[in-house]
Amino acid sequence: MTSRDEVVFGRPARAAEDAPRAAANCALSSAGLSKRFRSGQLAVDSVDLAVPTGSVYGFLGPNGSGKTTTIRMLLGLIQPTAGSYEVLGLPMPDGLPYALPRVGSLVEGPGFHPYLSGRANLARQDAADRTANPATASARIDAALGRVGLLAAADKRYGAYSLGMKQRLAIATSLLRRRELVILDEPTNGLDPQGTREVRGLIRQIAADGTTVFLSSHLLAEVEQICTHVGVMRTGRLVFQGTLEELRGPGAGRVVVRTPRPELAAEILGGELQLADVRVSGLEVSAELGSILPETVCERLVKAGVPVAGLETPRRSLEEEFVQLTGEGFDVD
Amino acid sequence: MWTSAASPTGPDSGELAERQSRGAKHVPPWFRLFRSELRLVFCRPRNLALLGVLAFIPVALGVLFKLSLSGPGGGGGPAFLNQVAGNGVFLGLAVLVLMLSLFLPLAVCVVAGDAIAGEASHGTLRGLLAVPAGRTRLLAVKLASIVLFALASCLLVVGVAVLMGVVLFPVGRVTLLSGTTVPLSVGLLRVLFVALYAAAAMVALGSIGLAASTLTVHPVGAIAAALVIVLASEIADAVPQLSAAHPFLPTHFWLSFDGLFRAPVDWSGVQHGLLSFAAYLLIFGAVAWARFTSADVAS
Repeated sequence: MTSRDEVVFGRPARAAEDAPRAAANCALSSAGLSKRFRSGQLAVDSVDLAVPTGSVYGFLGPNGSGKTTTIRMLLGLIQPTAGSYEVLGLPMPDGLPYALPRVGSLVEGPGFHPYLSGRANLARQDAADRTANPATASARIDAALGRVGLLAAADKRYGAYSLGMKQRLAIATSLLRRRELVILDEPTNGLDPQGTREVRGLIRQIAADGTTVFLSSHLLAEVEQICTHVGVMRTGRLVFQGTLEELRGPGAGRVVVRTPRPELAAEILGGELQLADVRVSGLEVSAELGSILPETVCERLVKAGVPVAGLETPRRSLEEEFVQLTGEGFDVD
Repeated sequence: MWTSAASPTGPDSGELAERQSRGAKHVPPWFRLFRSELRLVFCRPRNLALLGVLAFIPVALGVLFKLSLSGPGGGGGPAFLNQVAGNGVFLGLAVLVLMLSLFLPLAVCVVAGDAIAGEASHGTLRGLLAVPAGRTRLLAVKLASIVLFALASCLLVVGVAVLMGVVLFPVGRVTLLSGTTVPLSVGLLRVLFVALYAAAAMVALGSIGLAASTLTVHPVGAIAAALVIVLASEIADAVPQLSAAHPFLPTHFWLSFDGLFRAPVDWSGVQHGLLSFAAYLLIFGAVAWARFTSADVAS
């Protein structure tokens, strides 16, 4: 697991120094992973990923921040120009043939032959896997189709599928076998709210089976609901990596007290409780909580005779964090 | 850690069960992919339409020949056409000569140019490589399917044409170009050899198409590129000033199979042809491999 001191806001997480240690229980890890395209554009700039085994890792970033390029490198589709990476503990690219059969993936939207049925498309994917057992193929294909709710449409031409069905078929390919890691690149892209809910439910199921999920997305709500860990990309750099809690704010944040006697409250907070950064604005007093519990604050205030009309510990919204990390122009939708 | 993890030991229980249940129906993995590839090529509506056209043209040509040969002023057509009136077996050769100028190369270019670029444009290439299908393995299977398609289309054309020849024209002992007469069975066997020779020529062309297919994500571009090479080569082959370069053109030996219709068989043309086809297959196969195994797949 990522320890708290690795979290550095506004700078790349310091996974590089910890890479050898981290790799031992990481489903995915990289050190200095970079890709410079022939055009000279540095699409991915020394990314140090550490995706803990068993986590649901949200890989966030605006469009064009290098998420898909990173995923393509992890899957051996494109060659990094610098850096190293491991998938399921195997150094790449040498371990590719051994690691990838244990990894399910969906990269940049569904891609299938339009004139083949959904079932035939899955059969083709399975036939390409030299480690899959042909004797169980049809049972596994039906099971995967069943899990994404496509059994009824299994023999329809893929070209006649709706966008939601296409997306679900793409997820089904990653369910053809038991996987240790599933990499999903924007799996809810272009889905209606219902489809999004279905896919989110599927991801929860996959994670509940003990599979590590690496989920690339630019939907904050999605990540907030299902992810345990988060990595944030900005213009090719990993600007944050840690748990969702760590992203939401260091420590417990601030406490805000609403009271008709703000001066007295400020005195207690700053004096008796020794909270830092005490601010008064109108009838509200706020201060940094530090290690003190909000209930303690309330108790002391009341004992000191401060009439407490309200007390809350507001969290900065995830959106605020992202805008701070990735700058303006982040497409939040 | 590397050695223990690299060997495919320690799979989950499901995989163990999978392996134990194996044996009853053992299909080698390469054959599974090859079979899947053949289904893709031979069940695709577009390719079936291509094969349909390839089967229809010999029928139409047979009828056309029958009409023109029975009418006044018959004869004077392409090679082997004059013999067709005497023996229907020659229709197979006459039709093949005509089809080698456009329709057969077109069909092979479509399938070969589509091989990798088609997968890339459908977005299926990234899926196959992430399976992982293995780049060299996928390319080998693609080439094998092109070989089978070339073989199937040449045999189809010649087969339908011979059938039409049998239906429309008299059939009997075959008089060879050298004047000797051989039994019908020997004549048919020689026609089969010609079809195989044409298939070899189409495989060489297919390797050019395959190489083009690894260079782009647009199948139409790869198909057009391969066809342009065919046309440019045929034009250059017709320019006497370029005679020094003729033996190196990819289309130069396509029709050098008339030696098979002499007694004794004159192998020189066929040998040169096969050597040229092998060289093209080797060179463009190597180009395709070098490109495909190193290229970034960003489609």
